[in-house]
Amino acid sequence: MNGATRVPGTLTSAWLIARKDLAIEFRTRTAFLSALVFAVLALCIFYFTWDESIITAADRAPGVLWVVLAFSALLGLQRSFAIEDHDRGIDALLVSPISREALYIGKAIGNVIFLGAIELVAIPALALFYNLHFGRAMLIVCLIVLLAMIGIVAIGTLFSAMAVNTRLAELLLPMLSLPFFVPVLMDAAQASVRVLAGAPMSTVWPWLKILIAFDIVFIVACTLAFPFTLEE
Amino acid sequence: MAPTPVAVEVSGLSRSFGRRRAVDGVDLSLRSGDCLALFGPNGAGKTTLLRVIAGLLKPTAGAVHVGGRALRDDARARAQVGLISHQSMLYRALTARENVEFAARLYGLADPASAATRALEHMRILDRADAPVRALSRGLQQRVSIARAIVHEPTVVLLDEPYTGLDAVGSAALSDMLMLLRSTGAALLLVTHSVDEGLALASRAAIMIRGRIVRHDAIGAIDANTYGAEYRALVIGDGARAAASVA
Repeated sequence: MNGATRVPGTLTSAWLIARKDLAIEFRTRTAFLSALVFAVLALCIFYFTWDESIITAADRAPGVLWVVLAFSALLGLQRSFAIEDHDRGIDALLVSPISREALYIGKAIGNVIFLGAIELVAIPALALFYNLHFGRAMLIVCLIVLLAMIGIVAIGTLFSAMAVNTRLAELLLPMLSLPFFVPVLMDAAQASVRVLAGAPMSTVWPWLKILIAFDIVFIVACTLAFPFTLEE
Repeated sequence: MAPTPVAVEVSGLSRSFGRRRAVDGVDLSLRSGDCLALFGPNGAGKTTLLRVIAGLLKPTAGAVHVGGRALRDDARARAQVGLISHQSMLYRALTARENVEFAARLYGLADPASAATRALEHMRILDRADAPVRALSRGLQQRVSIARAIVHEPTVVLLDEPYTGLDAVGSAALSDMLMLLRSTGAALLLVTHSVDEGLALASRAAIMIRGRIVRHDAIGAIDANTYGAEYRALVIGDGARAAASVA
């Protein structure tokens, strides 16, 4: 064997994969730019259809935020396994000694960072369009976004792997993922509405707890299910 | 002299797709330094056999052991396998060096950068190491792909038509590399349509038809001048039998 070799652990392998995915995205910027353009465009469209005298900013902003997050996530998730399929890079990963679970976790970490980068632009833009103050409430909204992203990415990464080998991958991913996004988005939307309306934290906590529970369930279930999606 | 250790052991291997049996009860054993050339017509199951041995496909029956360890359950067994296939398995946006270094890291090599440089040097493509893969020709991509597959100096190398798309320099680099790997004790399983190419490299030759190994010889027992004709007769004979059974 070539020098000293030691099969890398799950987290090391996962980070290698995430780093590789992000390096590819950094070079090409295809998915990032399309997701970013979508996010900004959606914010603009919602803004120009908003009548402030009928709906307050606190009521409108969370809805816009979650629509933008859900659909820009789909653009990123689509890309996640498409880059593996092009020249069958996935085969080299599967032949290597890394575990299937590490592959899933690596892909998910890459997707969370990708989505986080979109939100880094989308959240300030949302605050700007809807006159939201960058205070404690926005920090809590950022935390809710992070929790929601984890749940969405956990599900989306699994379905992205399942859909990539099918003829209708671009249609199949949203069809499979969106129903499973609902519990995450519902909790996140409820929590963020309350935070932006200035409701006490005691009314937000129950939604956050459910959101965290969904995240844990989805992470565990999808990590266990993932190896089966790779069996031909 | 003590016999060389068994590098890969394939026992009773079968793989079905629905009702079609692509690989049907294959038994193979390759010792360190062996090179088996596997010939067969299109659809004989050669690529499927290779993909099952590589761990990409789950066998319907049977098992693969590498260095005495079950391939599917043991990461250390997978760490000893290298696969060269039709597809480059490279990332086009990354450079040749980044692709090979990424593979070296996946295999946990202590010094991935040096290992990548060595592998690229062996494949005579070090001068293009920092070019993105998408900017390389098909033949150069294939050389990078081979460098990626052998960067960890595997003890079992599976090759599916590795000469496809290579020019004379690339073919010579690949042949030298395979000879070097054999001399360091690697076992090679080479799937090819070219009888001459296979016999030039191999220590054993086998013919696969309809999922089964129908002939298996040591190179010493083969008359290289007549083997091609015998192979063609076997394939044509099987084709005629298949057509007659359908009729």
